[in-house]
Amino acid sequence: MAVQDFLHDASRWMREDGPHSDIVISTRIRIARNLSDLPFPILMNDSQAEEITRRVADAVFSPEFQEKSGGSYEIIPLMNVPHVDRQALVEKYLISSSLVEHARRSAVALRDDEAVSIMINEEDHLRLQVLMPGLQLGAAWELATTIDDLLEAKLNYAFDEKYGYLTACPTNVGTGIRASVMLHLPALVVTQQINRVLSALGQVGLVVRGVHGEGTDAVGNLFQLSNQITLGQSEEEIIQSLESVARKIIEHEQQARQFLMEENREVIEDRIARSFGILAYARRLDSRESMQRLSDVRLGIDLGVIKGVSQNILKELMVMTQPAFMQKYSGTELAPGERDWRRADLVRERLRMDQGHI
Amino acid sequence: MLCQECNQRDATVHFTKIINQEKTEYHLCDACARDTGDFMMKGNAGGFSFHNLLSGLLGFEQTGMPGFGAPGQQGQASAPVRCETCGLGYQQFVQVGRFGCADCYKHFSGKLEPMLRRIHGGATTHTGKFPRRTGGVIKLRQQLARLRQDMQEKISLEQFEEAAVIRDRIREMEGQIEQGGM
Repeated sequence: MAVQDFLHDASRWMREDGPHSDIVISTRIRIARNLSDLPFPILMNDSQAEEITRRVADAVFSPEFQEKSGGSYEIIPLMNVPHVDRQALVEKYLISSSLVEHARRSAVALRDDEAVSIMINEEDHLRLQVLMPGLQLGAAWELATTIDDLLEAKLNYAFDEKYGYLTACPTNVGTGIRASVMLHLPALVVTQQINRVLSALGQVGLVVRGVHGEGTDAVGNLFQLSNQITLGQSEEEIIQSLESVARKIIEHEQQARQFLMEENREVIEDRIARSFGILAYARRLDSRESMQRLSDVRLGIDLGVIKGVSQNILKELMVMTQPAFMQKYSGTELAPGERDWRRADLVRERLRMDQGHI
Repeated sequence: MLCQECNQRDATVHFTKIINQEKTEYHLCDACARDTGDFMMKGNAGGFSFHNLLSGLLGFEQTGMPGFGAPGQQGQASAPVRCETCGLGYQQFVQVGRFGCADCYKHFSGKLEPMLRRIHGGATTHTGKFPRRTGGVIKLRQQLARLRQDMQEKISLEQFEEAAVIRDRIREMEGQIEQGGM
């Protein structure tokens, strides 16, 4: 597969920009729902799992859903998807690895632009996900709640007056909502302010983790900020507090970037230029190094140091340099050692598509 | 020792897989181990997932660790709690951190509130969205419960006239709910 083909198939969140795209990579809203009359996934048998898929399919293919859900949908049982393609869906953030673990009985309803995916028989009967580029919590929630209503018109949800939407795990009960934004925060990391900024978050019921890597050691300076609490606050309150904290962090990152350009311009330009050079010419790149260099290059694009390269290169390559996409790119299964060589080929090919210069 | 996959970097991850008594040893570098993925613990950082934490929280409640559980309950063997609908035992729930069906919330309700409080920053009551089709009636019933509380308050304050007004409002709403088919 050529890089061109991949970009042609890329999801909307990867192809398009959104508000604050210089710092916010993507917005995701996920809501958990269950049907009232069937056991939750840990206790259900295969025929009950099929029954759930069938009911969701009926709801999704109903005329009203088709008309109002903003696109056309396909229901894909994971059994019918080759292993490498399942993994590729995970790498594009369209499904969770937990859905793949239960591939024997799970399915996904996917909107054609891949902005909406409805996971069936994951940890809960339904996990509805909306994924958008940039900071778009309000719009993503609007879409998620619309689709939720359309589904609920046909499905009987497990709902309790006191506890709200009942979920398999008590950490999701109530609204069932997990709203998150993926943030690229290289300047806060370089200026060593990141821990100070992040440690304040726990107090407001939010949680942050590195997207790649562990804990706050975020490879590629990518952080996922999401709500922890799902009960006792309305969806709007949850989204608003996430949005206002995200905006604060954006502000801090912008200040840190400005500080770098004013006080440490040469040092940061050198770092960006080195990373650009390595990505453009290296013959072998491990995943950690490629993410770190891509982060530098992306910062270089945002600061105007690197010209002629698309902003989207970070999200594209973040996905494309994962194992399943590497395998699709090479057309053959790769040993981890080989992967580093192919990864460098892929990154060079993508960089050559743009006429980048410093 | 060099990584057995790439033969280039130092092996820093060592593990043994035993499947059907067949033992295989692995020595990998960080990068290859990450790529291999199959030995990685699922979940959060270092494999210490939220569910470990959750069952920890639920677990000490069960064993009655000193200073936790309610006084007088400590050391008492509690009767086994089981969901009558799906058969999931409370102990099983503690281990896997997942409910078996919607009715588990009813059958484990006695144990639920302290757990929810711990998870959700003190909250135990949903204040968000309602399902559209059934939501209207649910909302009325919530209002009704609040009105009944208000009425009791007025009675206890001997403000009987106000209490009577609330009583009439309650009757009116009960009528609405009945018409709503519930």
